[in-house]
Amino acid sequence: MNKNMEVSICGVNFKNPIVTASGTFGFGEEYDEYVSLNEYGGFTAKGLTRMPRAGNPPPRIAETPYGILNSVGLQNPGVEQFAEHIMPDLARKYDTNVIANMAGNTVEEYCEMAEILSETEAAMLEMNISCPNVKHGGMAFGTDADTVSHLTAEVKKHCKKPLIVKLSPNVTSVSEIAKAAEAGGADALSLINTLLGMAIDINTRRPILANNTGGLSGPAVKPIAVRMIYEVSQAVKLPIIGMGGVMSGADAIELMLAGASIVALGTALFTDPCMILRVKDEMSAYMEKYNISCIKDIIGTVRMN
Amino acid sequence: MKKVYKTTLSSKKELADGIFDYTVVCPEIAKESAAGQFLHIDCGEGTLLRRPISICDADGENVRFVFEVKGAGTRDLAAMEIGDTIDIMGPLGNSFIDGEYKKPVLIGGGIGIFPLYMLAKKLDSPKIFLGFREKSRVIMEEEFKAAGNVKIATDDGSYGYHGFAVSAAEQAIDEDGCGVIYACGPMPMLKAVKAMAEKRNIPCRLSLEQRMGCGIGACLVCSCATVFEGTDKYKRVCKDGPVFWSTEVTLDE
Repeated sequence: MNKNMEVSICGVNFKNPIVTASGTFGFGEEYDEYVSLNEYGGFTAKGLTRMPRAGNPPPRIAETPYGILNSVGLQNPGVEQFAEHIMPDLARKYDTNVIANMAGNTVEEYCEMAEILSETEAAMLEMNISCPNVKHGGMAFGTDADTVSHLTAEVKKHCKKPLIVKLSPNVTSVSEIAKAAEAGGADALSLINTLLGMAIDINTRRPILANNTGGLSGPAVKPIAVRMIYEVSQAVKLPIIGMGGVMSGADAIELMLAGASIVALGTALFTDPCMILRVKDEMSAYMEKYNISCIKDIIGTVRMN
Repeated sequence: MKKVYKTTLSSKKELADGIFDYTVVCPEIAKESAAGQFLHIDCGEGTLLRRPISICDADGENVRFVFEVKGAGTRDLAAMEIGDTIDIMGPLGNSFIDGEYKKPVLIGGGIGIFPLYMLAKKLDSPKIFLGFREKSRVIMEEEFKAAGNVKIATDDGSYGYHGFAVSAAEQAIDEDGCGVIYACGPMPMLKAVKAMAEKRNIPCRLSLEQRMGCGIGACLVCSCATVFEGTDKYKRVCKDGPVFWSTEVTLDE
């Protein structure tokens, strides 16, 4: 049987539904030494800010049960360096979709970055309104529905690419935020960003992370991601890029059944830089087993009890 | 393409309480390894992240690493048995050696001595200063002696020089001269080595340790503070290091 892994969202064709989550993959070059970036449906580049950022002091990572806490704090070379040098280089070298990710301190910064990134060869723009590790902007934008719809509407005026709004799980109702993004004109949603957490070294009585708190990711958060993807898929008509603890093809299928059109790998890449190959093989085997010819046919097909 | 290797544990010894000396068979890693580089090791189902452990020696088809049981990952690793498969990425990071220098001095403390062994074997008659808490913790002395002129120091004076390895090294350097210092050990030791080297304008290479994620330079979690500004303020221990010139890094914790 000829298995078709293609999925299209917002007019962008993905040769398979597996991408990477922003911040886990840099700008791709390190992982390309293990598996060609062309194996991915696309990848999301490291979150960009208007000006270069040094990030938070170390330690920036702590392992917790079935998860990790990170507090990198958006270390990045700035949007202009990406637009002028990094993105042209990626477009020349690889035949896959690049999703550029941006995080602003103000509405104006988001708008400026959207303008700059619209002139690049990035396939889509992802707007991070959910980073838990920066003092200003970030998650503060993503936890209030009115702010989300206003910000999305403003950014859309300056954005010539499909705009993905990345949602925070650190809210009472993710559906309300999703609806607000849709009302503001978002073209797609991605979820979930990390959950705000903390871990304490009981010997020193200090938090392990220098930043005290950090974002939790990994298998520990997967059930939350599945539930939120399902809720959001019921609340809005927008396509969803799902992420949160995917460690296998089975996990990717689970997120797609919940309502994700595209699934991102994040923490899993740290355990195995070649994870994409195994995930695709396992998805193929699932399609074979259930006689599925096109993977897109399973999106949102969970049958609720 | 780089690979993740399924290696086989071929030798296992406990050198001191909680310190394990492992040799795995992996010709691909052995061939590429340079002194100072590290392995990123999958310790099993009990932990999510790999654990970075420095290469102690590499020869032919064998790769040797020595580690101390510190947490869940190293505890699972220590439970492995000869013949077991260990999933390893490597060699990763850079090398101690960056240019040719005469009269090399090596300073190691505690579990920081292990990456110095492969380096000592590569260098021409190095002077080696190894510090341990006490006599029962002194390990690999004979092996290091075969590679250079070794002086052991213990914190409590129960064996060798009474005091820190860096103090013993300082005396020897002032008497005999030194063209380069290579060091690995706990942060207070590295700070003392950095100060001692820079006071005398001696080039100094320090191997740093940090909690790591991907191990290949993408996730930006294993950063160390440098003297540079802007986005160069934090460098990646896994990719830009683990070995840095002392003048590059601040060693701020």
